[in-house]
Amino acid sequence: MILLPVNPVYVILALPFLAAFGLAAVRDHWLAARLNSLAAGLTLVASLSLFTDRPETTPLFLVDDFNIYLVALTAFVSFTTSLFSASYIEHEIEIERLKPVFVRFYHSMYQAFVFTMLLALLANNLGVLWVAVEGATLTTVLMVSLYRTPAAIEAAWKYFILCGVGIALALFGTILIFLAARPVMGGGMPAMTWSALMLEIHRVSPDLLNLAFVFILIGYGTKVGLAPLHAWLPDAHAEGPTPISAVLSGLLLNVALYAVLRFKMLMTANGQSLAPGPLMMVMGLASLLLAAFMLYRRRDIKRLFAYSSIEHMGIITFAFGIGGPIANFAGLLHMTMHSLTKSAIFIAVGLATQVKGTQRISEIRGLTVSHPVIGWGLVAGVLAIVGLPPFGIFLSEFLLVTTTFAREPLLALPLVLGIVVAFGALILRLQSLAFGEPTGSMAPAASSAFPMVLHLILVLVAGIWLPEPLVEWFQAVARLLG
Amino acid sequence: MPSIHYDIAHMLGAVVLLMSFALLYQRRLSSIIQVFAAQSTVLAAAAAWQGYIQDAPHLYITALLALSMKAIVIPVALNRVIQKLRIERTVDTALGVGPTMIAGVSLVTLSILLVLPVTPDVTALTREDLALALSVVLLGLLTMITRRNAIGQVIGFMSLENGLILAAIGVEGMPLIVEMLVAFAVMVAFIIFGIFFFHIRERFDTLDLRTLEDFRGERR
Repeated sequence: MILLPVNPVYVILALPFLAAFGLAAVRDHWLAARLNSLAAGLTLVASLSLFTDRPETTPLFLVDDFNIYLVALTAFVSFTTSLFSASYIEHEIEIERLKPVFVRFYHSMYQAFVFTMLLALLANNLGVLWVAVEGATLTTVLMVSLYRTPAAIEAAWKYFILCGVGIALALFGTILIFLAARPVMGGGMPAMTWSALMLEIHRVSPDLLNLAFVFILIGYGTKVGLAPLHAWLPDAHAEGPTPISAVLSGLLLNVALYAVLRFKMLMTANGQSLAPGPLMMVMGLASLLLAAFMLYRRRDIKRLFAYSSIEHMGIITFAFGIGGPIANFAGLLHMTMHSLTKSAIFIAVGLATQVKGTQRISEIRGLTVSHPVIGWGLVAGVLAIVGLPPFGIFLSEFLLVTTTFAREPLLALPLVLGIVVAFGALILRLQSLAFGEPTGSMAPAASSAFPMVLHLILVLVAGIWLPEPLVEWFQAVARLLG
Repeated sequence: MPSIHYDIAHMLGAVVLLMSFALLYQRRLSSIIQVFAAQSTVLAAAAAWQGYIQDAPHLYITALLALSMKAIVIPVALNRVIQKLRIERTVDTALGVGPTMIAGVSLVTLSILLVLPVTPDVTALTREDLALALSVVLLGLLTMITRRNAIGQVIGFMSLENGLILAAIGVEGMPLIVEMLVAFAVMVAFIIFGIFFFHIRERFDTLDLRTLEDFRGERR
């Protein structure tokens, strides 16, 4: 774009980075919340400019078809969530659950978190990718512990320890990739640069790559929330502020999966190495089935939807594991739809828990009667997330199930079983949450439901009609992923 | 490469591994911290030696950082935390010394069996360093698993990190080592000293994580 004389990548990264420092100095929480939304909005505009003017690949940053869409999605969801966060935080201060000094810290960390996610998405260098994912862990650990309750501290500690080990293993995998590429590409930066590696990877010895990929999958897979390394995820989602649950589920899991996929592309390009697909399929199915059955025993509403996130990340990982144009297409679509839907659900949940003053499912009833917008928003969100038409997730799950039946009929059975079991659990809980005699406060919600409605409309539109350019573009990315 | 280069690098790596074993069976918090400091000192020496034989000046910075942060600042700070909070001096381990040691030895065997066959193209120095480093990483994990105490877990985590640094310095021409070390240091420092200990202390009067676990959200 003519408006930006510098590389737009720098603008996209500089905005949240500077905002993180700036917001730490703003005392007034009302102003800070507005500035937070403003910074997120500007980041969104800057990220959209990537579509008109795609910058050259540099040794540090890379923009291709794959990450450009995730950058836009991340900027969009972090913008809409920041709108919700503004009114959410205001309410938390009113009921004195948060002290103003923590709110300053919260806004600063929100921007820092957005910065690390965008950095991870745009990084071309595997070391920078790793540092960014580590930074994302750090900022979210701090935000999860924001309420300082015993449960929040325990959740943050568990998150820190598990994901700390995860990213440590991912670093070991990264070192192994470098070691594998060194005989071919020599020392120094090129052997750590993804785009350079892609060109030379077919000459690299496959054995060491195999070992590296196992570490990478387990390492970054911990952050995706894949079973059996998912234990941090429900706690972190349940105990932190709800806007953070929305961005954790909607964005951070995607970013971690993106890291795994970059390495999967290297493995596929190598040709002789172990096929990464089966490993991902097994981990994906295990997560799906485990989370689907665990859904039945949840009593806390945020935990319920956290388990649903594990389930969906399992489905997406499985889709990319199967590979091929259709399954990859389904995976990409599912990633987008899950981001939008799950953040909408968490916004609805945040509104509901604020008016009812509890997170227990048994104490929240009849939302559609007491709060029609929140209640029906939650109904629409849950119907979308379980994969009912006409919402977008139906489309992606349908594509995935049909292509699995065609290619791996035996694996289609556990896939369908998982989806159906999760469907049952969520619908069961939804009935008591949304319908029946209302309990608790009838006071209108203080926060805005606009972002939730916007997300749900997008998911609905995508389910009915996907614009032709978007389809073509997803197809191009699906081919890129191999 | 003169054989003395190889011998010394190999020896330093082995001593780092030995310290990992020592970490496994320590009971007293202060001795856990001491052993960790000693491990970090040896790691710094290993980094400096690699810097010398690879002629890579940035490894001297790595060595300096490891020495100042991990061998001096963090242990001193942790000791102060212990004194200030008057925590129990000995900590429980989940496994006895014998089983822990057997598990440790099998992990080392595992990492040698894993690394040596897949690295035929790499120099002997790098591949043996890598096997040692992977052992240190796995032993760090084991230390974290067998400790129920927050400080014990953090030390386990940092010794795992030492294994990663050992792997990174052993690979000739590896860029970004200093940056990674700094990223880790920031992570550990930020979390431990800024937030957790003081708040865990505020709530529970202990750093024993078993107390924390009673607060699992679902078990109300």
